[in-house]
Amino acid sequence: MAIRTAVNRALTAITALPTAAALVDGNLTLLTTATASSSATLDFTSSIDSTYKSYMFKFYDMHPATDGVFFHVNFRDGDTAYDATKTTTWFRALHSEDNSIANLTYDAAYDLAQSTSAQRLTGSLGNGNDESISGELTLYNPSSTTFVKHFIYRGAAYFNVNGAFDIFSAGYCNVTAAIDGVQFTMSSGNIDAGTIKMYGVGPKQ
Amino acid sequence: MALVKYNDRSLRNLTTIPAAAGGGDTGALVHIKTLTASNDSTLAFIHGTNDVVLDNTYPIYIVKIINLFSHTDDRAVLLNFTIDGTNFNVTKTTTFFRARHNESDSVAGLDYRTRADLAQSTSGQEFVEGFDGEADANVNSTIFLYNPSSTTFVKHFTMDTQGTGNGGTNAQTSTNAFVGGYCNTTSAVTGFRVEGSSTTISGTFQLYGIKDA
Repeated sequence: MAIRTAVNRALTAITALPTAAALVDGNLTLLTTATASSSATLDFTSSIDSTYKSYMFKFYDMHPATDGVFFHVNFRDGDTAYDATKTTTWFRALHSEDNSIANLTYDAAYDLAQSTSAQRLTGSLGNGNDESISGELTLYNPSSTTFVKHFIYRGAAYFNVNGAFDIFSAGYCNVTAAIDGVQFTMSSGNIDAGTIKMYGVGPKQ
Repeated sequence: MALVKYNDRSLRNLTTIPAAAGGGDTGALVHIKTLTASNDSTLAFIHGTNDVVLDNTYPIYIVKIINLFSHTDDRAVLLNFTIDGTNFNVTKTTTFFRARHNESDSVAGLDYRTRADLAQSTSGQEFVEGFDGEADANVNSTIFLYNPSSTTFVKHFTMDTQGTGNGGTNAQTSTNAFVGGYCNTTSAVTGFRVEGSSTTISGTFQLYGIKDA
């Protein structure tokens, strides 16, 4: 057998690694993908722990089965129910296709004050074939047992009376128990289609 | 010279590889440094200190602040910048608006806050007005700093903050604050500092760079 010698140059020339080598894989690490197909809920029940300081949910083309419903999120704090107590804010810009509506509004009907209800992430959605909602939600340090758990959201959605929503919602789960699950639903009817990806943000802790 | 033998097992056990081979961060969002404040008056990221990079290596820098906590109730926590690594007093003009909602449901709304914006000021920029000091209260923020090494342009930054504010009420208040503005200098910005105003702070601070190539 021929003797192979390894020199520094051989190592610096490596361009691919064995699977077993646990390398840094960037600072937005895809953990889970959930795809809706006439789904009542999309639940994330694993990998939400102390591995990362924050978690990001990116969702796109979320399409309701029913017209005029709202896209929702809720959080699980240790048992099976998605009912963490929340205080939140909600405001949005709206512009209709016919130019008759164009404004920026805080909507007190959509925020929450110490409520276990789901948080609305949209105004009234359209369910036309080309209508959907896309957005991004970040959840900070869900495994903390010291602090309340803040989250922040921004989404772009299709208004069911034909227009564009730009929606901002943020708040906190007012619990010191760890948040270990996140659930997305429509206020009525199924999530007909859509994709949600959950990422860990930053280096592993 | 001793003979060093490499075999499959030694390669399988690799945990890092040289950067030239694609080692380290492989995405566009590059983690530069994490610093932690623990009941400290200030926390600073300064280029060249503690392995911090804040120069023309990246065109955009992101700071993620997690569980920022004021050890005294109803105090401001401020962000400021430096061009010399020592003095955090860069002139700034900024905007500040917020949404807020308290737990008792007596305060809710969206407003622009002239009290918290800056006009050609060297003072620090507030994250939210008045941190709540209860044990479970905290603030989280994402800061974008654009091209700090430019010696041609002013340096823009944005702050998107979600926290438990005191809000001028006795009830804890969910506060979502949006700041945008610029350091009105053509000198390179080489660092920034988060500082408590008559309080000490704790929290985790992650600095990232975004690759442009």
